Amino acid sequence: MLSRHADSLYWLARYVERAENTARLLEAATRLSATPITAEDGRNEWEMAVDGTGTLDLFHEQHAEATQRTVVDFLAFSHANPSSIRNCLDIARANARSVRTALTMDMWETINSGWMETRGVNSPSLTRQELSDFLSRVKELSLRFDGSAYRTMLRNDAYYFLRLGTFIERADFTARVLALKADVLDPNRPSIGGSSDYFQWSWILRSVSALTSYHWVYRDNLKPNLVAEFLILKAEMPRSLVSCYENVTLNLDSLSRDYGRQGASQRKARMLLSQLQDTTLPGLFAIGLKDFLERFILDNASLGNTIAEQYLG
Amino acid sequence: MPAFDEMNGFGQGVRPAYRTIQAWLDSSDPENLRRLQKEAEFLFRRIGITFAVYGDAEAEERIIPFDIVPRVLTGSEWSTLSKGLTQRVTALNRFLADVYGAGEVIRAGVVPADLVYQNPAFRPEMVGLKLPHDVYVQIAGIDIIRTDDKDFYVLEDNARTPSGVSYMLENRDVQMRLFPDLFAETRIQPVDNYPDELLASLRSLAPASAPAEPTVVLMTPGPLNSAYYEHSFLADKLGVELVEGRDLFVLDGVVYMRTTRGPKRVDVIYRRIDDDFLDPMVFRPDSVLGIPGLISAYRAGNVTLANAVGTGVADDKAIYTYMPDIVRFYLGEEPILKNVPTWRCREPDSLRYVLDHLPELVVKEVQGSGGYGMLVGPKSTREQIDSFRAKLIADPDGFIAQPTLALSTSPTFVGDGIAPRHIDLRPFVLTGADKVRIVPGGLTRVALKEGSLVVNSSQGGGTKDTWIIEDPAEGTPPAAGQAQSQSQAGG
Repeated sequence: MLSRHADSLYWLARYVERAENTARLLEAATRLSATPITAEDGRNEWEMAVDGTGTLDLFHEQHAEATQRTVVDFLAFSHANPSSIRNCLDIARANARSVRTALTMDMWETINSGWMETRGVNSPSLTRQELSDFLSRVKELSLRFDGSAYRTMLRNDAYYFLRLGTFIERADFTARVLALKADVLDPNRPSIGGSSDYFQWSWILRSVSALTSYHWVYRDNLKPNLVAEFLILKAEMPRSLVSCYENVTLNLDSLSRDYGRQGASQRKARMLLSQLQDTTLPGLFAIGLKDFLERFILDNASLGNTIAEQYLG
Repeated sequence: MPAFDEMNGFGQGVRPAYRTIQAWLDSSDPENLRRLQKEAEFLFRRIGITFAVYGDAEAEERIIPFDIVPRVLTGSEWSTLSKGLTQRVTALNRFLADVYGAGEVIRAGVVPADLVYQNPAFRPEMVGLKLPHDVYVQIAGIDIIRTDDKDFYVLEDNARTPSGVSYMLENRDVQMRLFPDLFAETRIQPVDNYPDELLASLRSLAPASAPAEPTVVLMTPGPLNSAYYEHSFLADKLGVELVEGRDLFVLDGVVYMRTTRGPKRVDVIYRRIDDDFLDPMVFRPDSVLGIPGLISAYRAGNVTLANAVGTGVADDKAIYTYMPDIVRFYLGEEPILKNVPTWRCREPDSLRYVLDHLPELVVKEVQGSGGYGMLVGPKSTREQIDSFRAKLIADPDGFIAQPTLALSTSPTFVGDGIAPRHIDLRPFVLTGADKVRIVPGGLTRVALKEGSLVVNSSQGGGTKDTWIIEDPAEGTPPAAGQAQSQSQAGG
């Protein structure tokens, strides 16, 4: 396929995934802000939400204070934030339009109608209910897009590039959200600190829609080290780093099989996956969770660049 | 006198071709029609059939209004039309091969030399170049009108990058989705084989150096182009890559596209981008849409462009006036399709007549298209006419004039009911190595504004599904649908 089309598919998937992740962050923050508890470390849930998208510096250039109003505007609607949900959907649709021939009708209709339904929604006039509706629609768009890709697309290179975008973006998000609390994670004190700590950990799980599944897997209270294990090392958790990388590797291998050629992307992805698979919980804490996640975020971005060089240029 | 109506003629009763439509309209509740009209609009918007209107930032993407009342032609009307179209496009191709070759039509005095060689659409790069099977215009859109049930007139030949065929296909789809019963009652010729016919034509004209399975691509200026929807739609239906200039490059006189598996040779480019932007090394140097070196690959005979470069010299409105003679010159036949009588303003007698009769004439720029830059005398104010008069005097060569024709009308749904609106028809004529292919139908455009004669989508025109049906027997009783609905109403 055309390199440009592969590039558009890859970024289309990344932006749809990013829109959904940001919507989940905002939902979780809205929920947390409704609990009458102040954080011990003085960071509020709104600032954490911005930090979870990796845009805190940009946010502070534009806003002095992280409040519900400024953060909802910045993360959901602002044109000045390249990763706002509004911009994600605009860019996703523009990409979809430029690769329409590689999308199925169901996928295109999902993107196009989702974009049309949400484009009129604007921040200053929004009630809580309207915001919640908006966020639900964004999640729905992403779920429908994912489902229609899964159900209607041919399993060929177009599908693999789309999936690569999804999983690389998802791994990035999981790592960033977990990093929000990584610095306060003390392996010698495996239980939760105060009640604000508890809510923040549940907030993190909620942002990656993993709160319920955590309880199913561990049948235990929230324990920070288990949360870290769950989101990094558990292959059965579909947003864990190891699960994302199993999928990245799978799709890169399918590409190389179809094209009859391996390259730098395949080698790099396989290396990152085996690193993750070989890591244990004590090993994580030996490296330092914060350091581990920061390095992962860089490695993940670097794999994205390698894929671009190998296929999308 | 009111215009000829496709359904009611000059008021002497429903024409046989339209009996089904009449019965359907009579038995339909206007509220229901309104609902279906809305649903059609919703379908178009959701599928994303939009077009961009230049200079209209607010409505960046619009849909072309679709009218739910089809336009009908009988099999014998179509037969005449398709013979005429084949004749006309064959002559266009012969003319182009001649003006870029021996120039016999000019030496014979049929067409003045300056109209060809001074024409801004004439491309010296094409002189002496031999194209596969001498086909220049692989895809033509010929705009047809009529003013009574006797003759078809060509209003305009479009031999560059005619658009609109996606609407022919989508209109049929939507019409069938919304009105399945109508299709059960009438045998309508299908149009959905158009992409297959187009691909067959394009592949048949691949360069001799191409492999047995030539690679065809569709080249678009990009998503900002007003016809981008159509480009992506057609690429999809053809099963070919939709490329932009930056996806292609030329190496050693061969065109390649950049793919995820590395460079791949391209043999046929169905390009939907104007000559000017094709190759910055030959045409506009500021074009970022084109492919440097494309023309050298073209001249080396390693790639086919559809349509060929320089076809604009055959379809401008000055050459148009000579088309009947061009048909006679190359084919030795009388033209089946008529030309609209036209005054060439470059001829002093004609200019004098035109200047004296501006309020009743339509004046068009020789190089214009899309309904821009024209004067419709009877619909214009004094000031508009005066300012046009000045333009005309300053550059008579740049204009032609025609009588204001009463284009035929067709019943159209207009919000508060059914009313006649003026229409034209653009059939698409495909020329391959072996033959000329025309799918039975075309794009019917309708001027939605009451009394308006301008059908262009950029000027508020809409479109209709176009039906070619079997010849109805004269004087048969009303169609079954009507009888049924009447008996239901009675019972």
